[in-house]
This record gives sequence, C-alpha cells and structure tokens, in this order.
Amino acid sequence: MRAPSPAYVANDGVIDAASAALGGRLLHSLDAVGEVALHVDRVSLVETMVTLRDTPGLEYQQLMEIAGVDYPDRGVDRFEVVYCLLSLTRNHRIRVHVQTDDEKPVPSVTGIWPVAGWLEREVYDMYGVLFSGNADLRRILTDYGFRGHPQRKDFPLSGYVELRYSEEAKRVVYEPVQLAQDFRTFDFMSPWEGAEYVLPGDEKAKLPAEKGAPTPLKADEIVKADANVSAKKAPSDPKTTESTAQSGAGKPGPSAGEKPANPDVVPSAKGQNQ
Amino acid sequence: MTDYLDQLEKRFDGEDPEVGDVEIQNYTINFGPQHPAAHGVLRLVMELDGEIIERVDPHVGLLHRGTEKLIEYKTYMQALPYFDRLDYCSPLCMEHSYVLAVEKLLDLEVPLRAQYLRVLFAELTRISNHMLNLGSHVMDVGAMTPNLWLFEIREDCMNFFERVSGARMHSAYFRPGGVHQDAPLKLLTDIADWLDTRLPRLFEDAISLVADNRIFKQRNVDIATVSRDDAIKWGFSGPMIRGSGIAWDLRKSQPYDVYDRMDFDVPVGTRGDCYDRFMVRVEEVRQSARIMKQCLNEMPEGPIASLDRKVVPPKRAEMKRSMEALIHHFKLYTEGFHVPAGDVYVATESPKGEFGVYLVADGTNKPYRCKIRPTAFSHLQAMDFMSKGHMLADTTAILGAMDIVFGECDR
Repeated sequence: MRAPSPAYVANDGVIDAASAALGGRLLHSLDAVGEVALHVDRVSLVETMVTLRDTPGLEYQQLMEIAGVDYPDRGVDRFEVVYCLLSLTRNHRIRVHVQTDDEKPVPSVTGIWPVAGWLEREVYDMYGVLFSGNADLRRILTDYGFRGHPQRKDFPLSGYVELRYSEEAKRVVYEPVQLAQDFRTFDFMSPWEGAEYVLPGDEKAKLPAEKGAPTPLKADEIVKADANVSAKKAPSDPKTTESTAQSGAGKPGPSAGEKPANPDVVPSAKGQNQ
Repeated sequence: MTDYLDQLEKRFDGEDPEVGDVEIQNYTINFGPQHPAAHGVLRLVMELDGEIIERVDPHVGLLHRGTEKLIEYKTYMQALPYFDRLDYCSPLCMEHSYVLAVEKLLDLEVPLRAQYLRVLFAELTRISNHMLNLGSHVMDVGAMTPNLWLFEIREDCMNFFERVSGARMHSAYFRPGGVHQDAPLKLLTDIADWLDTRLPRLFEDAISLVADNRIFKQRNVDIATVSRDDAIKWGFSGPMIRGSGIAWDLRKSQPYDVYDRMDFDVPVGTRGDCYDRFMVRVEEVRQSARIMKQCLNEMPEGPIASLDRKVVPPKRAEMKRSMEALIHHFKLYTEGFHVPAGDVYVATESPKGEFGVYLVADGTNKPYRCKIRPTAFSHLQAMDFMSKGHMLADTTAILGAMDIVFGECDR
C-alpha cells in the first residue's frame, strides 16, 4: 500500500480467526484494498456480531457505521448493509456485509450497540431496509411525511416533489418537480472503452478483436481483425474499372455533356497568363 | 403536625391531593429548530418534569441536502467540494478522509511535502474548529468575552486558509494525490510567527478566564457524565471518547499522512463530564500548535501533488508547452479519472471525532456509493441518556460539549 491511508494492524490471520469463530455463519470473506470484509448470513447476524465482539483475538468493541448500498442489477437481495466495526484493543477495522431486499428484515443490533438505533433508522430511511427488533424505526433524515427511499438507484436525483411558500395558501405547498433546465447527464464513457450504445457503423465490426483493441499478453491469443477475411479465397475475377458499376463512380447524368461555363471566368483567346 | 399524622397513617403527598397541592404532569417542549444554542437546525422534543429533563428526542435532518446522492452523480474530483460543506467548521478535515479513501483505492503515492501540507492545514482546521466550539460553549453557559477573543484566532485561521487556497471556508484544497497549490514561503513563516505570538497570547488569555472559573465549573462539572463502557457502546470518538478517559486518537493509533512522524500527546479526561470534554479540546489546541510547528520545521521541498498525470492535472505553465499535458488537463476536467473497483472505509480524526468515508467504486469515473460517517450522529443520539435527570439549562452545556454541526450530521 503506497497511499498514505490510515495504518492499522495488518489483516494477517483475521479471516482465519473469524471463520473459526463464525463457522457456517460466514458465507465468504474478502481481503481486498487492505481491508477485510466478511459476508455473513443475515438471519444469525446478532450472534455473529456478539461473537465478533466477545471472541478473544477479534474483539471488535465499537460499531462505527452502518452503510446501505443498493445493487439493483443483482436481482435477488439487492441491498447490502455494511457494518464497519472497530477494535480499540487490537487497533483493527473490519467490515461485515449482509444482503437483503426490501421485505426480508435484518436483525437489529441495537441490543449490542445502542448506537445502531439511528444508523439503522438512516438505512431504513434511505433504502427501505427493515430492521427487526429496532424499537424506533422512524425516518430520520428526510422530511416529515416523505415518501420513497431516496438513496435507491432507481430514485431520481431531482426527487418527485418540490416545495415552496405559497402566498395564496399562506403555507408551504408541495408540488411535482418541474425542472427549469433539462437534467444534465453527461456520458463520460469513451466510445473506445466499453460504451453501451452502438456508434453508427459499429454494427459492421463484430470481429474477435477490433483494430486498436489492447493486445493480449500472449502472442498465440492474438486474433487479427481481418483474420477471417485474409483466410478467404481471393475473388476469382480481377477488379477492373471498366464500368461505372465497378469503379463506383455512379451513372453519368442525363445531360452529361460539357461542364457549364463558370460565369466568373472571362474566357480569353490567349489563355490565362498572357 | 398534620404531616406527622399523615406519616403515621402511611399517607403521602400526592396520593390524596388537598387544597393547595398542585398536580404536576410532565410536559413536552420544543427546543429549536431555531434556537441560538442549538448550534444550527436541531429540534429537540423534550419531556420535562418541572425543570428536570425526563426524555429527549432529537429530530435531525432539517439540513439534509442529499450530499451522498449528489456525489453519486459527480466525478471523483467534482465530489470533493461537497465535503467542505459537510462540517463547515472544519472543512479541510472533511476533505482529508475523502482524498485518503480515493488514494487508497487508486493506491496512489503522495509526495512528502503534500503530506506535510495536509497535516499542517488539518491541524490549523482543528484549531479553527475548536475556537468556534470552545467559544460558543462558553457563551452558551453565560460568558461573553472569551468567545470574542477566540473568534479573533478563528479569523486568523480563515485568513491563512484564504492565502493558501483562495477561499476562507470552502477551500477544496486537498485533492486526490496531494494538495491543490503550494503554500508560499511567506505564508509558512507567517503561520510560524502566529503560532509563536498571537495564538498563545489570545488563546491562553481567553481560556484563563473560564478554565478555573467557579461559575463555569458549576455549569459543567459532573454534567452528563459518560462512563467508558457507555462511550464505547454509543460509538463515541474524538474528544468525546477521550473525555471519558479512553486514550483513543486515530492520529496516534492509525496514523495517516505524516502523523507517524509527529510528536504529540493525547489528552484524556478523568470523569467524562462536560468540563472534561471542554478541557480535552483546550489541550488539543496546544497539541495542534505543536504538530504545526513540527510540520513547519520538517517540511521538505518538492512536488505538492502526485506526478501521476492520470490522476493529478498538470500545472498551467506545463500545459502551454506540452500537448500531452493539455490532453491530460482536458481529460481530467471533463471525464475525470477512473477508480478501480473496490470498497474501502477510511476514517480520520476530525476535530469532532472519527469522520469516515465508505467509498464503493465500480471502475468508472463516479463513485458508486459514498457513505459519510458523521461524528455527530452517534454523539447526538446519546443526548437522551446524557441529559436524563439534568436541568433544562444544562442542555446547552451538553450540546456545547458535544460539538455538533448540522451540515455534517444531516448531510
């Protein structure tokens, strides 16, 4: 790790210790970008957290953060709830991930860490993830009477309602959002690097590796863009330009006589430079 | 005599109200959302028994601007200024977590001078933040003068921010890969002079008025004591956890940038009350000044941002001569840089506590998810058990010692 990010105790052995302590409750684990992430079973989350807090060698005493993430492309269990734990005694951080959807409730960890109360309320507010056992699962950040869950990927950035003070009604009124200017989304993807749309003319080039594509590391993997073209037998009749059909010049017009004279040029008998 | 007879007959007050007895019920009041001591738009629904607080239900979110949602629609560079606007009392410390998270995902090396500059200005931010907090805390419990003197220091800090970045508050000075601009030598020498002369004079004068003041102690000592266990369970961090006697400072235990080269002490409280939290912050200001002096002494010459031109844009002079630099500049300010897929949780010691950023990158030029961990969320949540049984007037002392800013709490 060359970046000057916060340096805590190395991750060595944490996954082994966690998998030994959790057993089948640990679905899979990951040690990437210098951080340990444990994906655990949702139903037994509370026991998992107690184990992580109380097992010697793990000792994650503090719950610092609960973050929700929405992956709508996953199909089942689109939401991920991420618990960031901190060990004060071992000076180590770990993340615990559980997956759920908007119906299956996640067991609340307020019994272990009372701080989870608001953090779970926020995930509920932003994503609509339910937490069973949280006694006070109200909205927290959005407006009183707000509808929808704004951090979901299918919730528009502009929202659905806007409010203003109405002079006639003498109160704040809610109205559907009207954008004075079009919502600006910029497509930053380079057309050469995996844009999803098809540029005009791209449909012709469905070849194994297009010209200009990155070269595979092994030479025997290289397939030239014109590989199957060159393998084809050469056309039997040689190309000529005898007819306009072959040269591609098009048919001459009906009155393809002499060019019309340019009115700007005064013809002189002697020629231009005389 | 009648009392004595009542006692013999095992009759007590309240059971049998007579003429002259008034039956008192708990009543609920709103504290805020427009209240000068609420430090922003905080609405506390308080249930009072006379003047004793029975229950507090903080309503937050009145300053919710959807920062996290907006960041998902911005490139990594465009998302940075949103962090200034979270905790607008310590903007550079907010940026710090974010740039470290982006650098961690990119695995980007940062030149030493940039790391020193970041630490220097992060500590200046800490001083500036504590000036506001200490001053307003003192004013909330009834003293006027120290606040005015501490605002002098804060104004000096603002001037330094302006001189280094061009903006007094929303500096956008820390960038992924380093800092935006180099600090001129005159600025660094001015900061050094200020640390030696003006800061200690104004600060110690102001604090000497309150630190041993009888009224100030009456308002703060033994108010809202938090035990070590409670501090851990409620996810406290920063001066709040140190006030409860746990020597936990991310700058010390999980050093980032060049904090591992710095020599400083971590003050802790002994009783975990409002006075301890106040005094922890007072000592932190002195330690920050110490760190800044070390930065100024040790700061090497060199580049102030990574030379990786795929992340850090070139300087303007370079653009005038090099086509390559011009292309990089154009690409970085339109498309931005792409961050490899992965997720990190990076937390730094902001003046208010642990400020974390959980960043999920999906390989494009925009964050897939950027969850901000505000310090105020866990601290304000503890307001209920901290103020239970205290008087209504103690609310302001408790809030002042919590150091809450709603830009960060509500996001």
